[in-house]
Amino acid sequence: MTAAELKQEIDQRWPGQVHCPDFGSRGSPCEVTCARTALPELCGRLFLEWSFSFTGLIVEEGASEWQLRYVFYGEGDAGWVHVLVTAPLAEKTFPSIVKFVHAADWHEREAEDLFGLIFEGHPRLGDFILHDDAWQEGVEPMRHHFDPQAAMRHRKPDEDWRPTRIVQEPGAFVMPVGPKYSGVTESVHFLLETVGEDVIRSTPRLFYKWRAIEKLAEGKTADEVLLLAERFAATTAFAHGLAFCQAVEQICGANIPARAKTLRVFLAELERLRQHAGAIREICESTALAVATAHAGILEEDLLRVSGELTGHRYLFGLLAPGGLLCDLPNDACRQALEKSQKVLSQLNALEQRLRVSSSFLDRLEEVGIVPPRTAMVYGLLGPIARASGIVRDLRRGQPYSGYEKFQFDVPCEQEGDGYARLRILFAETRQSVRIMEQAVAALRGGGASSPLSSATRASPLQFRAGAALGWVEAPRGGAFHWVRLNESGKIARYRIVPPSFANWHGFHLAVEKFAFQDFPIMLSTFDLSVAENDR
Amino acid sequence: MSQWVINGIRAGIKTTAYPAKPEAAAGVSPGLPVGGDYPANQVASLIERCPTGVFSQANGKVRADIRRCIHCYRCVRGVEPPVNWEQTYEWGTVRDGRHEFGQPFERSIHICVVDAGDCGACLNEVKQLNNPYYNMHRLGFFITPSPRHADVLLVVGPVTDHMKFALKKVYDAMPTPKRVMAVGACAVSGGAFAESFVCAKGVADVLPVDVEVPGNPPPPLAILHGLLVAVGRKTPAALISPAPNFENEGLTKS
Repeated sequence: MTAAELKQEIDQRWPGQVHCPDFGSRGSPCEVTCARTALPELCGRLFLEWSFSFTGLIVEEGASEWQLRYVFYGEGDAGWVHVLVTAPLAEKTFPSIVKFVHAADWHEREAEDLFGLIFEGHPRLGDFILHDDAWQEGVEPMRHHFDPQAAMRHRKPDEDWRPTRIVQEPGAFVMPVGPKYSGVTESVHFLLETVGEDVIRSTPRLFYKWRAIEKLAEGKTADEVLLLAERFAATTAFAHGLAFCQAVEQICGANIPARAKTLRVFLAELERLRQHAGAIREICESTALAVATAHAGILEEDLLRVSGELTGHRYLFGLLAPGGLLCDLPNDACRQALEKSQKVLSQLNALEQRLRVSSSFLDRLEEVGIVPPRTAMVYGLLGPIARASGIVRDLRRGQPYSGYEKFQFDVPCEQEGDGYARLRILFAETRQSVRIMEQAVAALRGGGASSPLSSATRASPLQFRAGAALGWVEAPRGGAFHWVRLNESGKIARYRIVPPSFANWHGFHLAVEKFAFQDFPIMLSTFDLSVAENDR
Repeated sequence: MSQWVINGIRAGIKTTAYPAKPEAAAGVSPGLPVGGDYPANQVASLIERCPTGVFSQANGKVRADIRRCIHCYRCVRGVEPPVNWEQTYEWGTVRDGRHEFGQPFERSIHICVVDAGDCGACLNEVKQLNNPYYNMHRLGFFITPSPRHADVLLVVGPVTDHMKFALKKVYDAMPTPKRVMAVGACAVSGGAFAESFVCAKGVADVLPVDVEVPGNPPPPLAILHGLLVAVGRKTPAALISPAPNFENEGLTKS
């Protein structure tokens, strides 16, 4: 759908209720202001009929009114559409859009928990980020009047807390798993409801690791918050740091040097390659294929060492700065890192060939944890998981950033939506990543290999000013969106992270249901979910 | 199936010679800043630049408390002259200067890993210990899912409020004698998340910690060193450089 068509549709359907300004240039959002009554239908049409992807709900508490921002993006020239709804602070009830946009389910639950907003028509609010057994009612931590330094620390968890049981068949019971449940795993709780062999219903209970990054960021400088953006989900640190930097740079109108952009692409792809190798290792491990686990483990560690040798840090910390990069990387070192990555890639390809003919391995992946394309769309799944279910969406292609439009690469896609399709996507994407890295190294010109203060990789000091912007990056696990608002003194007024795992955890329960217990770890590993990323 | 065997042999031996010999490969550690003598005009800006307060001034020297370092590189990148940086990895140390762990910990130990708000990197580095490069099984270290079988509780993350209860339950479920190991800057000192309304300032706020491994994240070799310290096969590292004279300065050791 083109921008002009969209504007015409909106003006015709909701005259007087929805105000749609003219679409600006590509990349800048079109802010559609909407009356509360028209909100669910407008969002529903954008999402279901006009094929816009739902990014997230961003709640902002102004001086006198709420501003709810529903962010969508399309593939055509309509680009970003922000649907805005405002209301005085005293009015805390909004219509829920979940009926039409199921992907907004968890966004509304989060806003209910953290801001105390009520979404009329939402089927299930409560016990989400703030666990019911640990927080008393009425705490609204993201409100301005909530003091993060205030003593909230001596809450006694209720040992008798029990989750609601939903399956009511004779013999049904709940199998609680977690938060500490296996060897080396992230903390998450699963309530698996069953009558015997198969999981009938699964409810993940997340946010055991909630560190309230968004609250901690408020009132800090962009430089300080970058530390949090890199560290809240460190296996994809560079992608999240980049999304944050891009948001700040857009507010400040910074002009990023071409060399810094190319190096950012190179590093982002190195991270994707490493993260995918790690995900492949996890899948091999979950099927108890020890030799393949060892092989993939070697390749992951090889890539960690490549990252460490090139940048000093194995997880690419401390490289980004708003305006460019904190230091320059020598062209020769990048070339060496590329050569080593190519070697790793050829071994990954060989590993894939061997896995493809290992029937005991395939038996455990094929037709396991199926997510059909329609469901993936309704849940707004992102990244490799969506691409394994027939949704060809990639921000690097659809909404290019950091110069991705200059690179040649394919977006792999599979239709089956099962565990094996997700594994094939991971392997295919590693090939594309190396392909992009090759082009990035070929495009590296000049550069100040000698001086750490090179102007080649850093824009002149940024002029921080009041404003807000969305930064987006196709992180290894899918689209990562960082909304940043700066106040007049250049400090962070609102920071909202919409990580890919937040959407993918939402859809995870679908893959698990109607499958046997022993497949559970395999489905978990093929989804490559990060709890740290989701919990923030 | 024979392909797996052939390729396994072809891959050769990857395992590090550490702890018998030091590991010399590049990229195995992010390194840490070191204290010492710095030009007088640099000291103030150095102390100010560090977001977590690694540096302080003591007796005319810069003292670096590397338990707080989160590898932001603000003291080396984009600044002239950069602070001294050492590519070491033997970072495991003992809290309160306790060296004697006793006989139960001298040989093989089983480790229970709890994620108490980790960003994923520390946990990933713990996972690397099982890959052929580090292969901690050869040293008698095993990861066990059950606290009932564990000798050492390895905690990563700053301990979020939601995890506090679960962490205590795991600790209580472990048989005595037991030891607690805090791995990563967050677990040791709160790291980037420090103390907040949802987060403690490291594991020591909740449990008695015996072994500390700093780093954000600590590389696998550092965690391995921490485990070797826990079983008394390696000497603990000094985490404050230059090492302070505790008695003269009236400091406590933890």
